[in-house]
Amino acid sequence: MTPTGTSKIPDILTKYRADILTDWTRQQLENTAMRRGVLRESDVTEQSGEFLNAFAEAVGAGNLTDLRGEKWDAVREVLAAVSRSRAKKGFTPSETAMFVFSLKQSLLTRLRAEIGDDTDAVASEGWTVNTILDRLGLFTTEIYQKGREEVILRQQQELMELSTPVVSLWENVLALPLIGTLDSARTQVVMESLLQAIVKSGAAIAIIDITGVPTVDTLVAQHLLKTVAAARLMGADCIISGIRPQIAQTIVHLGVDLGDVITKATLADAFALALQRSGMMVASVKGRS
Amino acid sequence: MPVIRDELMQVRASDDIVRVRQMVRALAVELGFGLVDQTKIVTAASELARNTLDYGLGGTTLMEVLEENSRIGLRITFEDNGPGIADIDLAMTDGYTSGRGLGLGLSGAKRLSNEFTIESRVGEGTRIAITRWKGR
Repeated sequence: MTPTGTSKIPDILTKYRADILTDWTRQQLENTAMRRGVLRESDVTEQSGEFLNAFAEAVGAGNLTDLRGEKWDAVREVLAAVSRSRAKKGFTPSETAMFVFSLKQSLLTRLRAEIGDDTDAVASEGWTVNTILDRLGLFTTEIYQKGREEVILRQQQELMELSTPVVSLWENVLALPLIGTLDSARTQVVMESLLQAIVKSGAAIAIIDITGVPTVDTLVAQHLLKTVAAARLMGADCIISGIRPQIAQTIVHLGVDLGDVITKATLADAFALALQRSGMMVASVKGRS
Repeated sequence: MPVIRDELMQVRASDDIVRVRQMVRALAVELGFGLVDQTKIVTAASELARNTLDYGLGGTTLMEVLEENSRIGLRITFEDNGPGIADIDLAMTDGYTSGRGLGLGLSGAKRLSNEFTIESRVGEGTRIAITRWKGR
C-alpha cells in the first residue's frame, strides 16, 4: 500500500471533485436506470457529494488502511445512511454496493490522467483505491443486512404483540385467543398480558382459546398448564377452549394430563359455561310479549 | 425399503423447530395424510426436534418419503452428536425428565408413531427415527 504522505489520491479528490462527482453521478444513474422512479437524480447527487466530501477528508487525514478507525467515521455514517435508505426502497444488496463500486471508474480515470507516466505509481495507487472502495462496498452490504435484520426483528415483535390480545367478553370474563406458534418468548408475553388483564379487570374467569394454535406438543401444554396455575393463584379460573378432535387425540397419546383444567371444544361452549358460572344466561327474546 | 424422496434440515435454534414442523406438515399434506395423522406426526416431530436441540445440543432432521407394498409412509430421523442417553429405559418412562419439561416428549412421540427406534451412545450422540404410515 502506498505510504500516505506520497499518495496523490487526496490531491486528485480535491482538484477534480466537480468532475468526479459529475462522472460518478451520471454513471450511477445509468446503472440504476431501472430504478429511476424510486431514485431521484437530486438525491443521487446529494448523497454522492456528501460521500466525496467525507471520503476526501478521510483520505486527506492520511490513514488509508484502518477503515474502522475514527478518521473514517464520517464516511461510514454517510454510507450507512445511503444503505439504509436504499434497503428501504427495495434495492438489492448488489445495487446498494454499486453506489461505492461505481466510483472506481471515474476516480481511476483521473488517477491515470494525473500520474499516467509513472506506471508503478498508477498500479500502486490504483490498488489502494480498489482496496478501499471494495471494503467500503462490503461495508454497505453489512449495513444493508443489518437493516433487513432490524426489519425482521421489528416484525417479529409486532407479531408477538399482535397475536396476544386479551379481550373482555363479559363483565368478569376475559378471553385470550391464541394464534400461531407458542414458542417460549411469545408464551411469556401471553402469560404476562393475561395475568395483567386479570389484575386490572378483577375477572373471575379467563378463557384461553387455542383454535389458532396448529401444534400442541408437551412444551405448549406445559406453558398452558403454567398459565392456568398462575391465573388460579390470582383468583381466576381458566377454561381452555378450541380443542379440535385431532388435538384432543394427540394430547391423549402424548400422555399430557389436563386433569383439573376445564376444557371445551369451542369458544362458544366455554363462554356459555363462563356465563353460567357467573350466574347469567343468554335467553331468546322471541315469544316474549 | 425404497425412499422416494428426502429432505435434510438443520436443528440449531428454536426457529428451526418451527421450520421442521412446517416441513413435516407440508410433506404429510402432500402425501395425503388425514388430519389426525398429520397432527400426530407433526407433534411427534416437534417433540423430537426440540429434544435434538435442548438435550442433543443441535443436530439434523432427515425426512424421508417411503413406499413399500404400495403403501406410503413418512420417516423422520433425528440425529445429534450430543452427550447421549445413559439409560434409555429411564428416558422412555412417562414423567421422567433430566431437564425441565413434562417428561412426556420421548414416550409421547413413540405413542404418536407407528414405528419408533432409538439408538444412543454416551458421549457420541443419539439417533431417533419415527415412521408414520398413511391411513393406519
